[in-house]
Amino acid sequence: MRTRFAAVVAGALGVAVATAACGSTGGSSSGTSANTTASKVNFGAQNARLCGSAVNTTPHYTNTIGTISGGAKTLSGAGSTFAAPMYDQWASSYNKASGVAVAYASIGSGGGIAAFQANTVAFGDGDTGMTPAEISQAKGGAVLQIPLLLGAVVPTYNLPGIPAGLKFTGNVLGEIYAHKITNWDDPALKKLNPGVKLPNMPIAVVHRSDGSGTTNIWTNYLTQTSPTWVSTLGGPSKSEGLTVAWPTGIGGKGNEGVSAAIAETKGALGYVEADYAISEHLTYGQVQNKAGNWIEPCIATVVPAVDGVKFPPSLNTFLTNGSNPDVYPIVGTTYALVYEHQTSKATAAALVNFFAWVLTAGQDENAKLYYAPLGASLQKLAYAQLKKITVNGRPVA
Amino acid sequence: MTVPATTSTSPVPVRSLQTRRRYGDRTFRLAMLGAAGVVVLVLLAMVVFLVAESWPALAHYGPLSFLGSDRWAPSDATAASTRPNPYGIVQFIYGTVLTSVIGLLIAVPMSVGIALFITGIAPAWLRRPLSYLVDLLASIPSVVFGFWGIFALIPALQPVVSFLIATLGKVPVIGGVFAGPFFGLSYFTAGIVLAIMVLPIVTALCREIFATTPADEREAALALGMTRWEMLRTAVLPRSRAGIMGAAILGLGRAFGETIAVTMVIGNNVLSITKSIFSTGATMASVIANEFTEAVEPFHLDSLFVVAMWLLFISLIVNIVGKLWVRRIRGDLVW
Amino acid sequence: MTVFLAALVAVAVAVLAWVLTYVAAQGLKYLGPAFFTHTPPGNPASYGGGYANGIVGSLIIVGLATLISVPFGVAAAVAIVEYGGRFTAAVSFITDVLVGVPTIVTGAFIYVIWVTHFGFSGLAGSFALALVMLPLVIRATAEMLRLVPVHLREASAALGVSRARTIVSVVLPSARAGITTGVFLAVARAMGETAPLLLTALGNQEFMQLHPTQRMSTLSLQIFTDAITGFQAAQARAWAGALTLIIIVLLFAIGARVIGRRTSVTRS
Repeated sequence: MRTRFAAVVAGALGVAVATAACGSTGGSSSGTSANTTASKVNFGAQNARLCGSAVNTTPHYTNTIGTISGGAKTLSGAGSTFAAPMYDQWASSYNKASGVAVAYASIGSGGGIAAFQANTVAFGDGDTGMTPAEISQAKGGAVLQIPLLLGAVVPTYNLPGIPAGLKFTGNVLGEIYAHKITNWDDPALKKLNPGVKLPNMPIAVVHRSDGSGTTNIWTNYLTQTSPTWVSTLGGPSKSEGLTVAWPTGIGGKGNEGVSAAIAETKGALGYVEADYAISEHLTYGQVQNKAGNWIEPCIATVVPAVDGVKFPPSLNTFLTNGSNPDVYPIVGTTYALVYEHQTSKATAAALVNFFAWVLTAGQDENAKLYYAPLGASLQKLAYAQLKKITVNGRPVA
Repeated sequence: MTVPATTSTSPVPVRSLQTRRRYGDRTFRLAMLGAAGVVVLVLLAMVVFLVAESWPALAHYGPLSFLGSDRWAPSDATAASTRPNPYGIVQFIYGTVLTSVIGLLIAVPMSVGIALFITGIAPAWLRRPLSYLVDLLASIPSVVFGFWGIFALIPALQPVVSFLIATLGKVPVIGGVFAGPFFGLSYFTAGIVLAIMVLPIVTALCREIFATTPADEREAALALGMTRWEMLRTAVLPRSRAGIMGAAILGLGRAFGETIAVTMVIGNNVLSITKSIFSTGATMASVIANEFTEAVEPFHLDSLFVVAMWLLFISLIVNIVGKLWVRRIRGDLVW
Repeated sequence: MTVFLAALVAVAVAVLAWVLTYVAAQGLKYLGPAFFTHTPPGNPASYGGGYANGIVGSLIIVGLATLISVPFGVAAAVAIVEYGGRFTAAVSFITDVLVGVPTIVTGAFIYVIWVTHFGFSGLAGSFALALVMLPLVIRATAEMLRLVPVHLREASAALGVSRARTIVSVVLPSARAGITTGVFLAVARAMGETAPLLLTALGNQEFMQLHPTQRMSTLSLQIFTDAITGFQAAQARAWAGALTLIIIVLLFAIGARVIGRRTSVTRS
């Protein structure tokens, strides 16, 4: 009896350990690697020419403001995940250059706006700035919106065996997100991609679960190009925004969560900022722009998005669906949110110093993470905003 | 106890010593009771503040309208309109209950079995190590469970779920509940993770309950020639039914409040109730964790406080019921 | 049937082994001395760096939370056990109820009463964790105090020692080991908490910050932030962080048991 019992227990524990060992080695090869053929880019010769062309990614803007003394040693900011990798990089470089530690929390544009309104952070960041209604809710009064970079929102997918470069139109993307196209081998997708053997697999739509400027840019584009999307959501006022009532899909937290969900889910399609897709070796596609050309998202096709755009005094405007024949249609910027009338000289000085650096020396680093630096005219407008910051009525810069 | 020097040679009057001691005692007692009062204050403050923060939304839309809709669409909200309520919370209550029930359906039978084994069958030298190992599961932080769930559990579940979809998904009436597609993140995955997290607590409680079976009843059963299992089945289980129920209820309370692990594996689909347990969803705790820091739409943050209020309310009710139930059996149970 | 029950035990142990070995396997790939001394790199997609700021932040925030919760907790437990009555019976009940409050709700509460006025900070995180630890400390202390034999108190009273002095000099010291055990277990719990910190400390991903009035990171927050990204480099750091967190929590839990076994009060 005792030996039989001992044998049972030993056997059970042995099975337990063996299963665990199998689990630990077998499980590690889960779906984190999205696509072994991801390196085989398939965007066509035209795009190879466009994206290979030289772009000035180190404009070396001059910092005429200089360093203001008396700035705080730490700065607290929060917001957009679209720009978060760049903020992390800027913060690290700026810390080496000045010793100031800028703590940026990547919580989404909605979070950045909320924290900024509640004045729980020194600055916020939203990819689509703040609406007049949101500004009226901000505790600190008048708000300056300062664009800092240009980036692309790219349709990213996880299809084993399918390389990068799948073609999408705005309308097809809208229909996918409206849950009208539900399978990868749908005729609409096959028509756009005649040479590709699309699998018979349900599309795992991925969107944001948090309030997101990336969503705002994406849905703004869908609203302009997909009548199906607009009607499914119930009209143009409901089909775009920081959050929308997504008819279907997996919700990821931040660009980080969406890119992770795409990487882990076979058949996934989601929208993320280009750095996330490229750094994580995910496959993304090309989109047809307003002029009818199929454009690959890269720095060269992002920069023309500001052509012909009339920036209002607040600098807040969309950059999607540009008319330049070589422009990628889903481009956005990110707006740092700063109160015009500051109450603390130390914070004000730290803010001006940091953003003056970001808009000059910092711009030379954008391309390292696949963002585009601001063009000269937009940079000048952004820089001018810094000069409006005052403390107790006196300008800081 | 020092005797202070006095100008006269007579001993210190006893009364002044007593007075000093009494005041010292009284201050101490007040301080201790004050600290206890802080505990009461904290719970009261929590309830008051949650109600206060959710009040604007409750007043604007009407309290019952939150329970009348399962559509959560903050983008629909405007400052002026009151109908329909864009912040329906029914699907979060559904998600919380569904994931917890899945977790308990798996965990409670296992816990009972494990507790029976530990108290009734395992030899004395094995009891402590086994209890210790099961308790170790409770030490693993929630975020680690979520992380492991994404990368280890979901790939392991894929074949199991595909099988269930292929079989149960085809059954006529209930097929919709087990329908695909399965993308890994789902109510079901969250339920499995909850089962693992709740298991140690329910097992520990069951162990205590089974341990209260009088030894002579067990020995009598064994003396009658029953096998170990039959002894457990006839002498231990019947009298423990209420206790097991209480343990399950307390486990339910724990599952309701679990936030991070669930948020990481449930898929965050907040729009409305989704029928299949293999589809993405949300729970009360997960929607708060996801949307709290960035609720900018009109009444969005206030509505999240409504969700928090309901979560607190439901958790408290379940915990109180569970405690009273178990207390009824065990007397004053402090574990 | 016994075999079936043994199999259930085996499954539970197997799951535990699965989780621990998986985390260990993934975490050891990346764990090294650099992990404990460096902060994360500027570009989240690049390898290298570590969670030094999170580890230090966890120690500071949980340390502060312990400093806040233990005095209140021990005092409240003393009130419950030594000064029994209807009020303290209610307090005991409320304590047990507080254990069941979801930690995200605790975080929301601290957000409302503190963060909206003073901003996100490590201190706010400490308050939230103190609220999580408080009922655990009270429960453990009360249980230990109840185990102190009545005759110790009576002997002290017979010697003419005041009630307060008895509690402080006789009862508490004899329950000291058990109370320490309870505190250790509460600390282990607090180190693993993430949800309340999301709403109070907010995190400070890149920089070491020792001042509680500023934003700080904790190990749990860094793991969560990096675990949900798709950057393989960040995920690698998160696995190493998860392994570190498990080791720290296990050390506290095991430490609690070791101390508990050496308690001076006999347990039945």
